Amino acid sequence: MRTAFIIRRVLALIPTLLLIYSLTFFLMHSTPGGPWDSSEKPIPADVQERLKAAYGLDKPLWQQYTDFLSKAVRGDLGPSYVQRSRSVSDIIGETFPVSLQLAAAAMLIATLIGIPLGILSAVRHNGPLDYLATFISIGGISTPPYVVTSLLVLLLASKLHWVPTSGWDGIWSSKAIIPAVSLALYPMAVLARYTRSSLLDVLRTDYMRTARSKGLGEQAVLVGHALRNAMLPVITIAGIVIADIATGSFFVETIYQVPGVGRYFVQSISGRDYPVIIGTVLLLGLAVSVSNLVVDLVYPLLDPRIGSGR
Amino acid sequence: MLAEPAALEAAPVTRHLPSALVARTAPAGLWSQAFRRLLRARLAVASGIALVLLILLAIFAPFVTPYDYTAQDYGALTQPPSQTHWLGTDDLGRDILSRLIVGARISLAVGLVVQAVILLIGVPAGLIAAHFGGKIDTVIMRTVDALYSIPSLLFVIVIMTFLRATLATAHSGFTQALAALDTQSGGLIGIFIGLGLINWMPAARLVRGQAASLKEKEFVEAARGVGATDGRIMAQHLLPNVVPIIVVTATIGIPQAIIYEAGISFLGLGARPPMPSWGLMIAEAIPNLRSYPYMLVSPAIALSLTVLAFNISRRRSPRCPRSLDGTVVHGRQAGCAVNTRRSGG
Repeated sequence: MRTAFIIRRVLALIPTLLLIYSLTFFLMHSTPGGPWDSSEKPIPADVQERLKAAYGLDKPLWQQYTDFLSKAVRGDLGPSYVQRSRSVSDIIGETFPVSLQLAAAAMLIATLIGIPLGILSAVRHNGPLDYLATFISIGGISTPPYVVTSLLVLLLASKLHWVPTSGWDGIWSSKAIIPAVSLALYPMAVLARYTRSSLLDVLRTDYMRTARSKGLGEQAVLVGHALRNAMLPVITIAGIVIADIATGSFFVETIYQVPGVGRYFVQSISGRDYPVIIGTVLLLGLAVSVSNLVVDLVYPLLDPRIGSGR
Repeated sequence: MLAEPAALEAAPVTRHLPSALVARTAPAGLWSQAFRRLLRARLAVASGIALVLLILLAIFAPFVTPYDYTAQDYGALTQPPSQTHWLGTDDLGRDILSRLIVGARISLAVGLVVQAVILLIGVPAGLIAAHFGGKIDTVIMRTVDALYSIPSLLFVIVIMTFLRATLATAHSGFTQALAALDTQSGGLIGIFIGLGLINWMPAARLVRGQAASLKEKEFVEAARGVGATDGRIMAQHLLPNVVPIIVVTATIGIPQAIIYEAGISFLGLGARPPMPSWGLMIAEAIPNLRSYPYMLVSPAIALSLTVLAFNISRRRSPRCPRSLDGTVVHGRQAGCAVNTRRSGG
């Protein structure tokens, strides 16, 4: 019974991804201006014709649609139009792990700081710490990632020279600090707010009073009962958080020159590198959908009140 | 006598907590409560005033700017803040303060117009889905769900690329007119359309949820009994009742639109130079970060403070009424933020 539900949900991903693909494909191919318009020397018409034939761009649109799709499903996204000697899958294979590491680091920072912050705010409700934390959260939510990154670069790198101003040396180097922190700020703020309000709600309930009147020590009450229940809604926003990190990476990677998927995507926009654009959109769409799916599947496991009757 | 209930209300939670945790939170006396309330009110008032000032600034921008925001003074390139140029000049000799003020205009215009577009698409969609139900409802909501699962910024970028290129090579009369309008507005029309197209889904969902719960009420049945047409029911009966939800969505959507616009302008897909969108100013400032850091600071702070002011002064979406066992009572129908799990940050 549960497996049927799981299978149904996984299959539901397919129309969504198809929709994403179709929209992106249509938009990209309707966009006037081909991939070779941005080269420095104007390319003579017959050479353009041959280039188009070589890349399969002269076939009717619907055929390009299905061709690309059938190849993409097998993991072959074709050659990049800009870096012509490399295939898109290769480039993505190189850049995706970088972004993944950065995202993981950001997620870690956001969780390790955001959730305890939220818990402390709730526990010392309306105290000065609460106000400070709330202010930080609202500030974090209001500041877009490129602002954070630029300000951090300005402050920490240019003025104080604590960290380098750009580049990437792997996740353990000091070059990863600014990108990871800037990427983590918004999710951290969101997590702090959600944890706080969720915990506040839980602390007021009847079953908390039961737990205390049972004679449980306060720590046990907090950890064993309150937190476990408060964390549930927080998990539901995990999907949003992941999407935010994904989109935030465009800006952060571009500013800090991190060779990740985000920067690659931004570059491919101006270069009209269709396969890259479509490939990245599909990849990110898939990642976000899958993480939402995982959240959907895990949540009922943690909260038995949510029956399997979906 | 007034002190008692107030004191209880202020510390319902801390009463039960271990001494170690409570130690710092002294029993909430009357003075500290009053102080806290004053602080909170003052903060909201302060941000409200800031917003009003911003709006005034935006409206009267041409009269307030010390210099023309496009005037390039080649004798005063990249000047740090000084007596003549309070915030300095950029790399083309333009006064940053003036550009900042005009940027306020752009940001607010974008926030409002995009929200209007969103409502124009989303509200009817939600109303129609709720009112007719059945197949139409399923179709509309499935589309909404599918579009919802795409991270919005990603899609904004894709659509803006498409729009920009199409407008640049306009052929037919309509697109040419649109393109002319777009160039005149410095790329703003494109932004309005693009952002509006991406973000109407949450509004549609909320409206549909609210309207669907209203559908069962008696006044709708009565209206139908009197012979009201579908359109009339939707416009005159359902619509006024979904207004509160619309207002809440709008107050969240405006700062969101501002951030989006700055983001796409930053990437070069939004406002076109010389339009001084704050995002564009930030983008232009980054290559000069090391030598002329002040170019970055003003627009960055302006942007953050504006969005901050919006976020502080808007009424927080009411927490969902819960019964004491923790289950949510009215859920989405109450217009509260219960299950807002969705992608698309």
